Amino acid sequence: MQYLLLIYGSEAEAKKASKDDQMKMFGEYKVFSAELKGSGKMLGGEPLESVTTATTVRVKDGKILRTDGPFAETREQLGGFYAIEAKDLDEAVMIAAKVPGAKYGCIEVRPIMKINAM
Amino acid sequence: MVLDHAAIALLYKQESSAILARMIRALGGDFGLAEEVVQEAFEAALEEWPKTGAPRNARAWLLGTARHKAIDRIRRRARFEAPLDDEVDLAALGSEPEDEPKSAFGDDLLRLIFTCCHPALALEAQVALTLRTLCGLTTDEIARAFFVDPKTMAQRLVRAKNKIRVAKIPYVVPGRSELAERLDAVLSVVYLVFNEGYAATSGDELVRQELCREAIRIGRLLESLIPDRAETTALVALMLLHDARRDTRLDADGNLVLLEEQDRSRWDRVEIEEGLTRVAHALRRGGATPYGIQSAIAALHAEAPRAEDTDWRQIALLYGELARIAPSPVVLLNRAVAVAMHEGAERGLELLAAIAGEPDLSGHHLFYAARADLARRLGRTGEARRDYARALELCRGAPERRYLERRLGELD
Repeated sequence: MQYLLLIYGSEAEAKKASKDDQMKMFGEYKVFSAELKGSGKMLGGEPLESVTTATTVRVKDGKILRTDGPFAETREQLGGFYAIEAKDLDEAVMIAAKVPGAKYGCIEVRPIMKINAM
Repeated sequence: MVLDHAAIALLYKQESSAILARMIRALGGDFGLAEEVVQEAFEAALEEWPKTGAPRNARAWLLGTARHKAIDRIRRRARFEAPLDDEVDLAALGSEPEDEPKSAFGDDLLRLIFTCCHPALALEAQVALTLRTLCGLTTDEIARAFFVDPKTMAQRLVRAKNKIRVAKIPYVVPGRSELAERLDAVLSVVYLVFNEGYAATSGDELVRQELCREAIRIGRLLESLIPDRAETTALVALMLLHDARRDTRLDADGNLVLLEEQDRSRWDRVEIEEGLTRVAHALRRGGATPYGIQSAIAALHAEAPRAEDTDWRQIALLYGELARIAPSPVVLLNRAVAVAMHEGAERGLELLAAIAGEPDLSGHHLFYAARADLARRLGRTGEARRDYARALELCRGAPERRYLERRLGELD
């Protein structure tokens, strides 16, 4: 089974963190990513730039509409993701609990849809 | 022997969860498909057994029939719809159920219990799924028990089963490191089911009795399948000791009868004895846990030959301990009432004044009813009248409402 771990956290809170804390978090992510890769369960994963840099795109009547910002304003913002391979939801949750961001915000665990070959 | 419809219905109650538990495993956790084929197997039994007579081993027959129906479905699905799900254990589907040890059914039931009560499902979905698959209640019955529209309840069940399949909630008994925590979650679902059945609110009395019976049955099942867990023992004790009083809580006209006015000769002695043995065992093995303390309180009530013999001092102490390890506004309320019984209504009112601001209590009829009762005992009629009226505004259970109205009327 493949799952997407969506990492949510408050950008406002993160901005308030000291340089040391930011470095610490960065280090935690480095260790976590290395472990996940080592276990062979990591399919991918990246951190994201701030929602203030986001552009939301819609197509209406063939015209591209661009809106500044994320599609929804929320208290916590999507800040990164991992795509993982796990035996079942219990294993996916155990991995999600180890994502450093789980301590500061939350991790949404979503099964990735399997599309059968037509 | 020819089985009539009633006998098959009884068999359904007794056997369907075990057969379902087995089929879900064989079908790789597909609750929906398993439910359909087990249902069809029982329908086939209804059709055939009255004509041909019941088979020697009814469970094996039902399991075998469900198995064949599942294989049919999967083949049809493979041909017309999606390719065969690689999770389906066709070997398990093909094995002869007679060969399996009885304990295998116990293991499957445990898997079913832990999956229904999986923390990734919303609590209300856990409860609904447990009642549907483990207790064999119909969607309509569950909807009635929880005052929910049957359509909403059906949706809730479909969504839960869908999440189990799509997000792949595993069909397993949790490992050692997680077992205690997960068992706690199961016990809270069981207790919730019991309380829903026990609460003297309006609703279908037969369904309510069934909820209590089923909660106790699952409790006992857990006791036998995961032995030596003091919390399970304590919860079963607590439920038995409450259930023993069930028939004396309402009079012939459906009016509420308070604990001190209940006819203790009609309390179920067998359940009380079973409960008391368990309380002693649970306290010895598990110490002061929340269910342990609550069952000890229930035991003190059950052991008092008359209401005036109740050891309120001990009960007040136990509530104090419960408030320390598992604080909740209702526990504080009960403690205040117990203290009032032991030290006097004045002292009780003092304690109630201290917790009056708790948000969970200021909207709860029990708080005002308790305060009104204490004021009444002290002859403070005005205060009592005001609080009974407030309790009436907040209370929705018909028997409880009639009790409050009677008390209010007696003040005049």
